[in-house]
Amino acid sequence: MSGFNSSTNGHPPRIGVFICHCGTNIAGKVNVPEVVEFARTLPFVAVAKEYKYMCSDPGQEMIKHDIQQYGLTRLLVAACSPHIHEETFRKVASEASINPFLFQMVNIRELVSWVTEDGHEATEKAKAMIRAAAKRVLFHDELEPKKYPVKPGVVVVGGGIAGIHAALVMADAGERVYLVEREPSIGGHMAMFDKTFPTLDCAACILTPKMTTVRRHPNITVLSYSEVVEVSGFVGNFKVKVKKKPRYVVEEKCVGCYECIEACVFKEPRFPNEFDLGLGKRKPIYVPFPQAVPPVPMIDPETCIQFRTGKCPKGCVNACGDRDGIDFDQKDEIVELEVGGIIVATGFDTFDASRLPYYGYGIYPNVYTGLEVERLLNASGPTGGEVLLRNGQKPQSVGIIHCVGSRDENTNRWCSRVCCMYSLKLAHLMKERTGAEVYNFYIDIRAPGKGYEEFYDRLLQEGVHFIRGKVAEVSDWAMTPDEENRLVIRVEDTLIGMVRRIPVDMVILSVGLEPQRDAQEVTKLFNISCSTGNWFMERHPKLAPVSTMSAGIYLAGACQGPKDIPDTVAQAGAAAAEVLALTHKSVIEVEPNTAFIDERYCSGCQICVGLCPYSAIYYDEEKKVAVLNEPLCLGCGVCAAACPSGAAQQHLFQDEQLYAEIEGALVGVG
Amino acid sequence: MSKPKVAFYWCASCGGCEEAVVDLADAILGVVEAVDIVFWPVALDFKRSDVESLYDGELAACFINGGIRTSEQEEMAALLRRKAQAVIAFGSCSHLGGIPGLANLYSRESILNRVYLEAPSVDNRDRVLPKERSEADEGMLTLPAFSDSVRTLDQTIEVDYYLPGCPPPVTLIVNAVNALLSGNLPPKGTVLTGDKALCSECPRNATKPEKLSLKELKRPHQLIIDSKTCLLNQGVLCLGPATRCGCNAACLSANMPCTGCLGPTSHVKDYGAKALSAIASLLDSNEAEEIATLAQRIPDPAGTFYRYSLPASLLHHRAGNGRT
Repeated sequence: MSGFNSSTNGHPPRIGVFICHCGTNIAGKVNVPEVVEFARTLPFVAVAKEYKYMCSDPGQEMIKHDIQQYGLTRLLVAACSPHIHEETFRKVASEASINPFLFQMVNIRELVSWVTEDGHEATEKAKAMIRAAAKRVLFHDELEPKKYPVKPGVVVVGGGIAGIHAALVMADAGERVYLVEREPSIGGHMAMFDKTFPTLDCAACILTPKMTTVRRHPNITVLSYSEVVEVSGFVGNFKVKVKKKPRYVVEEKCVGCYECIEACVFKEPRFPNEFDLGLGKRKPIYVPFPQAVPPVPMIDPETCIQFRTGKCPKGCVNACGDRDGIDFDQKDEIVELEVGGIIVATGFDTFDASRLPYYGYGIYPNVYTGLEVERLLNASGPTGGEVLLRNGQKPQSVGIIHCVGSRDENTNRWCSRVCCMYSLKLAHLMKERTGAEVYNFYIDIRAPGKGYEEFYDRLLQEGVHFIRGKVAEVSDWAMTPDEENRLVIRVEDTLIGMVRRIPVDMVILSVGLEPQRDAQEVTKLFNISCSTGNWFMERHPKLAPVSTMSAGIYLAGACQGPKDIPDTVAQAGAAAAEVLALTHKSVIEVEPNTAFIDERYCSGCQICVGLCPYSAIYYDEEKKVAVLNEPLCLGCGVCAAACPSGAAQQHLFQDEQLYAEIEGALVGVG
Repeated sequence: MSKPKVAFYWCASCGGCEEAVVDLADAILGVVEAVDIVFWPVALDFKRSDVESLYDGELAACFINGGIRTSEQEEMAALLRRKAQAVIAFGSCSHLGGIPGLANLYSRESILNRVYLEAPSVDNRDRVLPKERSEADEGMLTLPAFSDSVRTLDQTIEVDYYLPGCPPPVTLIVNAVNALLSGNLPPKGTVLTGDKALCSECPRNATKPEKLSLKELKRPHQLIIDSKTCLLNQGVLCLGPATRCGCNAACLSANMPCTGCLGPTSHVKDYGAKALSAIASLLDSNEAEEIATLAQRIPDPAGTFYRYSLPASLLHHRAGNGRT
């Protein structure tokens, strides 16, 4: 048991309370002088002071000085979130020879001044929180941070441009990288594009060399058609279980000659190719696209005759011959990786346009999504880059509807950031390839990136039509002979103030970006959180944009929020640098928030034994008590919560600390 | 030298604690030999005035059972506190509030209404409710005040020791009396039994599986309980892991689960919360709906987890029962 005399050598504790204005962030709402006066009346408080920016050098110096002058033995700083400055003030305590864990941070900014409207209420709330902390800190123990060696190696989850770039940066720095991609090939959405805005670089020309470099890099292992199924451990010491799904072609034996595909009993591709969004066809044994990495075919058991009937002449097997690369019995394989850090780069999904039936997607064959048109325009796509409608004809006129599934309270409130620019790009390419009249229907044109506004200007010069207004409806209901057999876009043109009907041959819906459908499961897997709309949440929007609340796990790319390629690559590089900073440390300090079991009070009920997720607790048959193997404990607190006799406790969260805090917060509350 | 004087008193209780004293059987002779019982309303005809006439501190020890609900109980507790060198809270009700303490789930008003007006067996056409003062032909009649909630003895007066249990096990009583007589006493405030949970002395503890988990919860009448294996392992809600030892697993010897009468160990502030947390941790599901279904198998959660300790819990009573 700790008591509040544990580190004061029998002398009464002396608490210093330091209250930060945070400029006007706190002081603009909380009456700080009143809170200082109040703090002075609390038991064991030897000094209470305020300062404009407690985290600044003079603020820190003041605390250090007062620790010496007043002989303080406990430290309390009321300022911002501990996520931002707990470490700062722990260091201050340390430097002034107080154990850093005899310090408690009180968050009167995020939890008080920013979220409380009434100044009086905010002041009272700040007082209650300081009173709670002043009671709690009396029960703090001197602790030492736990030190662990950092394992080398990084798992990158998601093989889009974010994951690819991060993997290459780290691998070039000598780090061992495992790149996990759930689709058969790496490349992500970028591999589907024809050209990229605003420079009109060919996406394949800039991406495929990177994909090949990834495959050949001695420091990168690509685990394609694989998914992370379990993550355990902690910063610097993660264990990641990856499930390799069966592709029925043995990766190690395959040389990428594709003779198996040639020899398939299906002479012609007959099944919709997922990579082409169903616009192109593939065989049961296929590669999703010619530049796929790894260049290893896979078999779709749903369409393969051998899987369906067991009676196929197996042309693929014969073609592979002695290489013996086809294996119909392949099963899921679990790969276990031990790494120091993880980058989550799981990307985005596009908005499902059929959710807005008034735009006709899935109803009229000539309504396409932007991504589908990318495939049509792509030189290695299903039409070889020629834009042909589903009836085989070239469109004479094209309408591009912006903000489909973005900036709309009925679907997604956010701006997807890329649609304006990709709409302009598609407009340019459509005009260039088909000579069609192209109409853009937009709410606002958002072109804030480098060279973006200039690209918009260029489009205006090229004679593309821009109609400002949110489209009401796409239908095939003709009112004039001119509209017969065409799609009619009904829109209020807000610049001329009238409703217009624009007949076109093809409609392109510029669908917005959404989090991956399984984003929630991914957050659970990696113990990270989501911000509004299910985008993964960064640790701090400005100061830690690629970190997460789980130390050692970083974010890159659009999984954190809609992003274009330059931003994604920049963020991937940042995440790579953060991971390198981690893995290049030899040891890492982690919170000493481990559990402990007082065997004097343990009845041996063993409830904790079965619950410990890290198998850190065992039952000692001789002593008949539960014993904690501390190095294995990661401080999850499950045992302490479950222990019915109070024998299992957790450092920093001991019952007496929490009760003291609750009492301090609630005293005087009716 | 005269023998040390001892008193027994009862407050809001069922009388079972008095039985426990009688259950000392032959051992009671030794007690009577060693001490002078000067006050014991249930067995001997002494009056309040006999206690009042004692010197302050004249009683070596006073054993008080029952929770505190009425002004009379409060007065007697205060009086006995003054007269006794050591006050021992005797039994669950005095120690933690006990079964009468579950009344704190209801307001004073709803209790009086229920008991005097609404209960099906009541015939009270004039809707008479007890009053502290009533005019009668014989003069002014008085009743003790009925307070807004049940309190434990130590929420009323200072208590030196606690004898836990409903009622306290005989061996614990004998040990306590011997300790008092010999002056070999633990620190003030001690609960006079071991400070580990019941599993430590339960013979069934050896049958626990490596990972205890509850796939279903059964009440004792819904299965034939195996007399050797851990009850939790059989899906029966046994609170032994949360409850102090000292009864030698008496209920389990009778093939019934522990219901928690000896209260929490010294490291636990709120028995019910801890017991609930432990049991909840064992539920073998991660699906909200399944967990809710499982939890519904506990028909009276407050009465199950706080059966003996509601007044001693952090919450004391249901919000809005009138107590401040």
